[in-house]
Amino acid sequence: MADTAVIEKKEGLSFGKKERKLLTDPLSDNNPITVQVLGICSALAVTTGMKNAAVMAVAVVFVCLFANVITSGVRKMIPKSVRMIVQLIIIATLVTVVELVLKAYAFESYKQLSVFIGLIITNCIVMGRLEAFAMANRPYESALDGLGNGIGYGIILLIVAFFREFFGKGEIFGAKIIGATPDYMINTVESSIFGWYQPNNLMVLFPSAMFVIAIMIWAHRAWKPHLVDVS
Amino acid sequence: MHNTSQTLTFVLIMTSIVALLLAVLQNGLKSKHDYNEALYSKKATIAAVANHLDVDFSSITSEQVTDIFDKQIVQHVLNADGDIVPPEKLEELGVKGGKAENLDLNKENKEEVDDRLLPLYIFTKSDGQKYYIVYSRGKGLWDEIWGNIALESDLNTIAGVSFDHKAETPGLGAEIKDNKAWVKQFIGKKLYAENGEFKSITVRKGGAKDPVYEVDAISGATITGDGVADMLEEDLIVYDPYFDKLKNK
Repeated sequence: MADTAVIEKKEGLSFGKKERKLLTDPLSDNNPITVQVLGICSALAVTTGMKNAAVMAVAVVFVCLFANVITSGVRKMIPKSVRMIVQLIIIATLVTVVELVLKAYAFESYKQLSVFIGLIITNCIVMGRLEAFAMANRPYESALDGLGNGIGYGIILLIVAFFREFFGKGEIFGAKIIGATPDYMINTVESSIFGWYQPNNLMVLFPSAMFVIAIMIWAHRAWKPHLVDVS
Repeated sequence: MHNTSQTLTFVLIMTSIVALLLAVLQNGLKSKHDYNEALYSKKATIAAVANHLDVDFSSITSEQVTDIFDKQIVQHVLNADGDIVPPEKLEELGVKGGKAENLDLNKENKEEVDDRLLPLYIFTKSDGQKYYIVYSRGKGLWDEIWGNIALESDLNTIAGVSFDHKAETPGLGAEIKDNKAWVKQFIGKKLYAENGEFKSITVRKGGAKDPVYEVDAISGATITGDGVADMLEEDLIVYDPYFDKLKNK
């Protein structure tokens, strides 16, 4: 795989305007969740807490980056007739690697994310980028594209998780922030400004992720009207 | 561009590389995985007596878990007659080290009640008080649920429980594990009626009416709650012969 990459390096590894665009475009203007509306199922499932969302984000960045690089590296060798299957094998392998590593070094997160790690395989973002970008571009550009899309996905995941965990449990990264009992960090009943706040269980359930993502898509388009699909 | 044999060769080489890579990784990390799994179930066992530990359970470290397990817990394996199975016999049956922690609980649960091997952990608190931790396993809504139940030395009053599940819905059924207030309800409840009859604990919708034998159900998790009640009723009674022997000693 590496050999192909070396042969391809004729144009050099400059980091110019085009490359920056590859990296930053998926963060906002071409965000996989709020603009492409891909990968929603996992965004609904793993955003109940910021810790899980962070682990998931890192996993997706890893898979996106390396799946893009590897696919791009072997893209000229892949027979057209089996290209989808080959892409799937690459993704599945990387996801299994993630799963095995998490199980060994972050067992708690592994237990909590359970099936959703495996579901990265079916995350449309990864496959979408392979088919749309990595199959036609050099490994270097593909790496930037994978990184950008992974991070774009991860940022949205963390924002959604922030709202859900904060309002649903009164916590951030598992640390109790607001709520009515003394074990919350600020605003307990005794010194109450927000002591009246009852964690809203609805925010922990799946429908709230729908609301939060929908509101985010709305806000994003209100901020950048050119993203609105006029048709 | 590619003919069939080229395609086949490519796929063959690719899958071989992938298979080799994953096999190496899986084998390399296996000992770590096993260690994590064992620690996880030890922690779940200890969680049943979380209120009686010398350390704060919410910030317990893996060393502390192993330490408590080594020093404060005696583990036995019981048969259906209520006798302790000697470790040598367990080794013959394929239980590693003859220890309860190495029992394949999933397999045991599928056996007929008479052939089942039951794990029992006796936890000794630093003040000398003994707690008996028993295990039960049942079905929730989507998949299996299981739990560790700690009994006080009267073998009737519940000192604490910890439940776990394979695939219950987060926020609903999964609350049997995550919701500390719900788990707390079990403390002080009793398993046997005054006349000695096994009564178990009922999970009641709309709020517990009986202060000793009932707990509140979780809204939105009726089937998981019923699963917990069924599992307690069906699985704790198998410890009855052992408890009888202990009481009559």
